[in-house]
Amino acid sequence: MARLIRMDNTGHTTVAEWTSADPASVEAAVKALRDELDRGYYAVVNHGEGRAEQVDSLPLDAELVILRRPIAGG
Amino acid sequence: MLPETAAVPWRPRMDAGRLRLISRSWTVSTVVQAVPMLATAVLLLFLDPVTIPVGLILLVHAWAIPELYANRGAKVVKPRARLGEAEERTALGLLGDLVGHEARELHARTGLVMERGALGVWLVGEAGALLVRGRRVHCWCVRVPDATLPSSDRIAHLLLALREDEEGFATVANHAFAGARWRVRRRLPKSQRPALAAAAAHPTG
Repeated sequence: MARLIRMDNTGHTTVAEWTSADPASVEAAVKALRDELDRGYYAVVNHGEGRAEQVDSLPLDAELVILRRPIAGG
Repeated sequence: MLPETAAVPWRPRMDAGRLRLISRSWTVSTVVQAVPMLATAVLLLFLDPVTIPVGLILLVHAWAIPELYANRGAKVVKPRARLGEAEERTALGLLGDLVGHEARELHARTGLVMERGALGVWLVGEAGALLVRGRRVHCWCVRVPDATLPSSDRIAHLLLALREDEEGFATVANHAFAGARWRVRRRLPKSQRPALAAAAAHPTG
Protein backbone atom coordinates (compact mmCIF):
# COMPACT_ATOMS: atom_id res chain seq x y z
CA MET A 1 0.00 0.00 0.00
CA ALA A 2 1.51 3.34 -1.09
CA ARG A 3 1.18 6.30 1.23
CA LEU A 4 0.85 10.06 0.99
CA ILE A 5 2.07 11.60 4.23
CA ARG A 6 2.23 15.14 5.49
CA MET A 7 4.94 16.31 7.86
CA ASP A 8 3.18 18.24 10.59
CA ASN A 9 3.16 18.93 14.31
CA THR A 10 2.29 15.32 15.13
CA GLY A 11 5.45 14.03 13.44
CA HIS A 12 3.60 13.05 10.32
CA THR A 13 0.08 12.22 9.28
CA THR A 14 -1.00 9.74 6.64
CA VAL A 15 -3.23 11.72 4.31
CA ALA A 16 -4.05 8.93 1.86
CA GLU A 17 -3.16 5.36 0.99
CA TRP A 18 -3.59 3.73 -2.38
CA THR A 19 -2.84 0.74 -4.55
CA SER A 20 -2.94 0.97 -8.29
CA ALA A 21 -5.28 -2.04 -8.32
CA ASP A 22 -7.89 -0.01 -6.48
CA PRO A 23 -9.10 2.93 -8.62
CA ALA A 24 -11.17 4.38 -5.78
CA SER A 25 -8.14 4.62 -3.50
CA VAL A 26 -6.12 6.20 -6.31
CA GLU A 27 -8.84 8.75 -6.96
CA ALA A 28 -9.03 9.61 -3.26
CA ALA A 29 -5.23 9.97 -3.08
CA VAL A 30 -5.15 12.19 -6.19
CA LYS A 31 -7.77 14.46 -4.63
CA ALA A 32 -5.99 14.50 -1.29
CA LEU A 33 -2.72 15.45 -2.99
CA ARG A 34 -4.39 18.23 -4.95
CA ASP A 35 -5.94 19.60 -1.74
CA GLU A 36 -2.58 19.62 0.02
CA LEU A 37 -0.84 21.30 -2.91
CA ASP A 38 -3.55 23.95 -2.88
CA ARG A 39 -2.79 24.50 0.81
CA GLY A 40 0.80 25.35 -0.08
CA TYR A 41 2.55 22.05 0.50
CA TYR A 42 5.10 20.58 -1.89
CA ALA A 43 4.99 16.87 -2.71
CA VAL A 44 8.30 15.06 -2.81
CA VAL A 45 9.33 11.54 -3.73
CA ASN A 46 12.58 10.54 -2.09
CA HIS A 47 14.99 8.47 -4.18
CA GLY A 48 17.68 7.87 -1.58
CA GLU A 49 20.77 9.87 -0.69
CA GLY A 50 21.24 12.94 -2.80
CA ARG A 51 18.08 12.55 -4.84
CA ALA A 52 14.50 13.61 -4.37
CA GLU A 53 11.97 14.71 -6.89
CA GLN A 54 9.20 17.22 -6.54
CA VAL A 55 5.94 16.11 -8.11
CA ASP A 56 2.70 17.93 -8.78
CA SER A 57 0.63 14.89 -9.57
CA LEU A 58 0.37 11.55 -7.85
CA PRO A 59 3.12 9.15 -9.00
CA LEU A 60 1.23 5.88 -8.91
CA ASP A 61 4.38 3.77 -8.80
CA ALA A 62 5.86 5.56 -5.77
CA GLU A 63 5.65 3.87 -2.40
CA LEU A 64 5.85 7.05 -0.40
CA VAL A 65 5.03 10.65 -1.26
CA ILE A 66 5.94 13.22 1.38
CA LEU A 67 4.32 16.60 1.74
CA ARG A 68 6.60 19.35 2.98
CA ARG A 69 6.29 23.03 3.71
CA PRO A 70 8.31 25.61 1.75
CA ILE A 71 11.66 26.46 3.29
CA ALA A 72 13.19 29.92 3.62
CA GLY A 73 16.44 31.57 4.57
CA GLY A 74 16.53 32.06 8.33
CA MET B 1 14.55 23.37 -9.58
CA LEU B 2 13.57 24.23 -6.03
CA PRO B 3 10.38 26.33 -6.22
CA GLU B 4 11.46 28.43 -3.22
CA THR B 5 14.17 30.04 -5.38
CA ALA B 6 11.37 32.13 -6.94
CA ALA B 7 11.14 33.97 -3.61
CA VAL B 8 14.73 35.24 -3.97
CA PRO B 9 14.95 36.27 -7.64
CA TRP B 10 17.72 38.80 -6.93
CA ARG B 11 20.14 36.11 -5.82
CA PRO B 12 22.38 34.50 -8.43
CA ARG B 13 22.11 30.73 -8.37
CA MET B 14 24.74 29.21 -6.12
CA ASP B 15 27.38 26.98 -7.64
CA ALA B 16 30.93 25.84 -6.89
CA GLY B 17 32.42 28.96 -8.48
CA ARG B 18 30.31 31.31 -6.38
CA LEU B 19 31.14 29.33 -3.27
CA ARG B 20 34.85 29.78 -3.95
CA LEU B 21 34.28 33.50 -4.49
CA ILE B 22 32.33 33.83 -1.24
CA SER B 23 35.00 31.89 0.60
CA ARG B 24 37.75 34.19 -0.67
CA SER B 25 35.65 37.24 0.18
CA TRP B 26 35.37 36.07 3.77
CA THR B 27 39.13 35.53 3.95
CA VAL B 28 39.86 38.97 2.53
CA SER B 29 37.31 40.59 4.81
CA THR B 30 38.82 38.92 7.87
CA VAL B 31 42.34 39.91 6.90
CA VAL B 32 41.30 43.51 6.17
CA GLN B 33 39.68 43.78 9.59
CA ALA B 34 42.18 41.90 11.70
CA VAL B 35 45.60 42.73 10.22
CA PRO B 36 45.51 46.55 10.69
CA MET B 37 44.35 46.02 14.25
CA LEU B 38 47.10 43.48 14.84
CA ALA B 39 49.74 45.74 13.33
CA THR B 40 48.61 48.69 15.44
CA ALA B 41 48.57 46.48 18.51
CA VAL B 42 52.17 45.39 17.95
CA LEU B 43 53.20 48.99 17.36
CA LEU B 44 51.56 50.14 20.59
CA LEU B 45 53.08 47.28 22.56
CA PHE B 46 56.58 48.43 21.66
CA LEU B 47 55.99 52.15 21.38
CA ASP B 48 55.78 53.06 25.02
CA PRO B 49 54.88 51.27 28.26
CA VAL B 50 51.89 53.58 28.59
CA THR B 51 50.39 52.31 25.30
CA ILE B 52 50.76 48.62 26.19
CA PRO B 53 47.22 48.27 27.63
CA VAL B 54 45.71 49.76 24.46
CA GLY B 55 47.86 47.41 22.39
CA LEU B 56 46.60 44.46 24.40
CA ILE B 57 43.00 45.55 23.89
CA LEU B 58 43.58 45.77 20.15
CA LEU B 59 45.16 42.30 20.19
CA VAL B 60 42.05 40.91 21.84
CA HIS B 61 39.90 42.66 19.24
CA ALA B 62 41.96 41.22 16.38
CA TRP B 63 41.46 37.76 17.82
CA ALA B 64 37.79 38.25 18.67
CA ILE B 65 36.52 39.48 15.30
CA PRO B 66 36.99 36.20 13.37
CA GLU B 67 35.83 34.27 16.42
CA LEU B 68 32.58 36.21 16.54
CA TYR B 69 31.95 35.55 12.86
CA ALA B 70 32.65 31.84 13.34
CA ASN B 71 30.35 31.81 16.32
CA ARG B 72 27.57 33.29 14.22
CA GLY B 73 28.18 30.57 11.66
CA ALA B 74 28.21 27.72 14.14
CA LYS B 75 24.98 28.94 15.71
CA VAL B 76 22.97 27.99 12.60
CA VAL B 77 22.99 24.36 13.72
CA LYS B 78 22.39 25.06 17.38
CA PRO B 79 19.80 22.56 18.70
CA ARG B 80 16.34 24.06 19.19
CA ALA B 81 13.70 23.32 21.82
CA ARG B 82 12.07 19.89 21.57
CA LEU B 83 8.33 19.30 21.35
CA GLY B 84 6.45 16.37 22.89
CA GLU B 85 8.18 13.00 23.01
CA ALA B 86 5.56 11.18 20.91
CA GLU B 87 5.75 13.73 18.09
CA GLU B 88 9.53 13.70 18.15
CA ARG B 89 9.58 9.90 18.01
CA THR B 90 7.19 9.80 15.05
CA ALA B 91 9.20 12.41 13.18
CA LEU B 92 12.44 10.63 13.97
CA GLY B 93 11.04 7.45 12.45
CA LEU B 94 10.40 9.21 9.15
CA LEU B 95 13.78 10.90 9.15
CA GLY B 96 15.40 7.54 9.86
CA ASP B 97 13.67 6.10 6.80
CA LEU B 98 15.09 8.86 4.62
CA VAL B 99 18.75 8.36 5.50
CA GLY B 100 21.20 5.50 5.56
CA HIS B 101 22.66 3.75 8.56
CA GLU B 102 25.74 5.96 8.85
CA ALA B 103 23.74 9.20 8.75
CA ARG B 104 21.17 7.79 11.18
CA GLU B 105 23.85 6.84 13.67
CA LEU B 106 25.55 10.22 13.31
CA HIS B 107 22.25 12.02 13.82
CA ALA B 108 21.61 10.06 17.01
CA ARG B 109 24.99 11.19 18.36
CA THR B 110 25.11 14.76 17.11
CA GLY B 111 21.63 15.89 16.03
CA LEU B 112 22.94 16.60 12.53
CA VAL B 113 22.25 14.65 9.34
CA MET B 114 25.14 14.17 6.94
CA GLU B 115 24.39 14.31 3.24
CA ARG B 116 26.93 14.11 0.43
CA GLY B 117 26.29 16.56 -2.37
CA ALA B 118 27.99 17.86 -5.49
CA LEU B 119 29.08 21.03 -3.67
CA GLY B 120 30.49 19.23 -0.66
CA VAL B 121 29.32 17.34 2.39
CA TRP B 122 26.33 18.84 4.15
CA LEU B 123 25.46 18.66 7.81
CA VAL B 124 21.80 19.49 8.12
CA GLY B 125 20.37 20.75 11.40
CA GLU B 126 16.96 22.02 12.45
CA ALA B 127 17.38 25.59 11.29
CA GLY B 128 20.55 25.61 9.28
CA ALA B 129 23.22 23.60 7.56
CA LEU B 130 26.98 23.42 7.32
CA LEU B 131 28.64 22.70 4.01
CA VAL B 132 32.08 21.15 4.43
CA ARG B 133 34.43 21.66 1.48
CA GLY B 134 37.86 20.40 2.40
CA ARG B 135 39.26 22.62 5.12
CA ARG B 136 36.57 25.25 4.66
CA VAL B 137 33.05 25.32 6.05
CA HIS B 138 30.14 27.37 4.80
CA CYS B 139 27.37 28.03 7.29
CA TRP B 140 23.82 28.55 6.08
CA CYS B 141 20.77 29.77 7.89
CA VAL B 142 17.71 28.03 6.46
CA ARG B 143 14.55 26.67 8.01
CA VAL B 144 11.00 25.67 7.56
CA PRO B 145 8.99 28.55 9.04
CA ASP B 146 6.77 26.44 11.28
CA ALA B 147 7.75 26.40 14.95
CA THR B 148 5.24 23.65 15.75
CA LEU B 149 7.15 20.98 13.83
CA PRO B 150 9.18 18.40 15.72
CA SER B 151 12.95 18.63 15.43
CA SER B 152 13.38 15.69 13.07
CA ASP B 153 10.63 16.98 10.78
CA ARG B 154 12.41 20.30 10.50
CA ILE B 155 15.55 18.45 9.46
CA ALA B 156 13.58 16.25 7.06
CA HIS B 157 12.12 19.34 5.38
CA LEU B 158 15.59 20.75 4.77
CA LEU B 159 16.99 17.39 3.73
CA LEU B 160 14.29 16.82 1.10
CA ALA B 161 14.72 20.33 -0.29
CA LEU B 162 18.48 19.78 -0.43
CA ARG B 163 18.01 16.52 -2.30
CA GLU B 164 15.59 18.11 -4.74
CA ASP B 165 18.00 20.85 -5.78
CA GLU B 166 21.30 21.34 -3.97
CA GLU B 167 22.24 24.59 -5.70
CA GLY B 168 18.71 25.91 -5.26
CA PHE B 169 18.88 25.04 -1.57
CA ALA B 170 22.12 26.99 -1.21
CA THR B 171 20.55 29.88 -3.10
CA VAL B 172 17.50 30.08 -0.84
CA ALA B 173 19.53 29.70 2.36
CA ASN B 174 21.12 32.77 3.93
CA HIS B 175 24.88 32.52 3.98
CA ALA B 176 26.11 33.23 7.51
CA PHE B 177 29.82 32.48 7.45
CA ALA B 178 32.63 30.83 5.53
CA GLY B 179 35.90 30.02 7.15
CA ALA B 180 38.32 27.47 8.46
CA ARG B 181 36.90 24.21 9.70
CA TRP B 182 38.88 24.38 12.93
CA ARG B 183 37.42 27.78 13.69
CA VAL B 184 33.83 26.59 13.27
CA ARG B 185 34.58 23.39 15.17
CA ARG B 186 35.64 25.33 18.26
CA ARG B 187 32.33 27.14 18.28
CA LEU B 188 30.14 24.07 17.90
CA PRO B 189 28.71 22.32 20.96
CA LYS B 190 30.95 19.38 21.85
CA SER B 191 28.19 16.92 20.97
CA GLN B 192 28.12 18.18 17.37
CA ARG B 193 31.86 18.18 16.68
CA PRO B 194 32.02 14.52 15.62
CA ALA B 195 29.64 15.38 12.77
CA LEU B 196 32.12 17.91 11.42
CA ALA B 197 34.91 15.36 11.65
CA ALA B 198 32.77 12.76 9.87
CA ALA B 199 31.92 15.21 7.07
CA ALA B 200 35.57 16.19 6.70
CA ALA B 201 36.52 12.54 6.35
CA HIS B 202 34.51 12.28 3.14
CA PRO B 203 36.13 13.46 -0.07
CA THR B 204 34.37 16.41 -1.66
CA GLY B 205 33.84 17.04 -5.32
